[in-house]
Amino acid sequence: MAGEIPNLAESNLRALVVDDNLVNQMMHHKLLDRLGIQNDVVCNGQEAVDVHCSGRNYDLILMDMEMPIMNGIQATKRLREMGIESKIAGVTTRAEEEERKEFMEAGLNDFQEKPLTISKLVSILHNLDFCDQT
Amino acid sequence: MQRQVALIKQSLFDQGYLDEQFMELEELQDDANPNFVEEVATLYFKDSARLINNIDQALERGSFDFNRLDSYMHQFKGSSTSIGASKVKTECTMFREYCRAGNAEGCLRTFKQLKKEHATLRKKLEQYFQASKR
Repeated sequence: MAGEIPNLAESNLRALVVDDNLVNQMMHHKLLDRLGIQNDVVCNGQEAVDVHCSGRNYDLILMDMEMPIMNGIQATKRLREMGIESKIAGVTTRAEEEERKEFMEAGLNDFQEKPLTISKLVSILHNLDFCDQT
Repeated sequence: MQRQVALIKQSLFDQGYLDEQFMELEELQDDANPNFVEEVATLYFKDSARLINNIDQALERGSFDFNRLDSYMHQFKGSSTSIGASKVKTECTMFREYCRAGNAEGCLRTFKQLKKEHATLRKKLEQYFQASKR
């Protein structure tokens, strides 16, 4: 991986990982940890909505698309309807143009194809102005 | 001993069992989580064993609910992609294609191969992690 890994611990950013896959949960949690970003993990879109209803808020949400109970598109729409202005990055293996478009139109700020890597996460952070361009 | 570990790892890549995503996992391993790669692999094999069991049961019942099978395999493929399990991922993709085509025989054949690749990868990674600890 070219370039340094930014350390955003001093930024006090908070992120939410929304994914039903246990391996992805572990990976994405660690990826964010590695960049110094505190983060919580939930298993589906409904839990993402519930955690916001409980009063928590996040700077960044990594949203999977296909999840049981409430998928990423539904959850993104619902969060925007609730007035949640957090940056939401869609992270999914489903990268067909139509599906991507539908996901973006639900209210995403960015999109990355899985598997997520350090460089893809850094790209998200740059695109969403969470760290300076180096 | 380090040379032996390096050789074991290289053979996993050369034989196509792992792809570059596995190196992304290794990038995340640090002093705070010195066994991160093994922990992710352990979680992967535990979760994928569950999925294999679910699919086995569904196939044994004889009724091919291709939507359900595809859903299980979507999970399996997602996890396999995240850890760089290349051959397993390939079989997952083929299985999903057979599901979409409604091809029961293709599903059965591919699933048999998938289980074989999965078992081989598990064994080889166990050898690798054991050698790494010596």
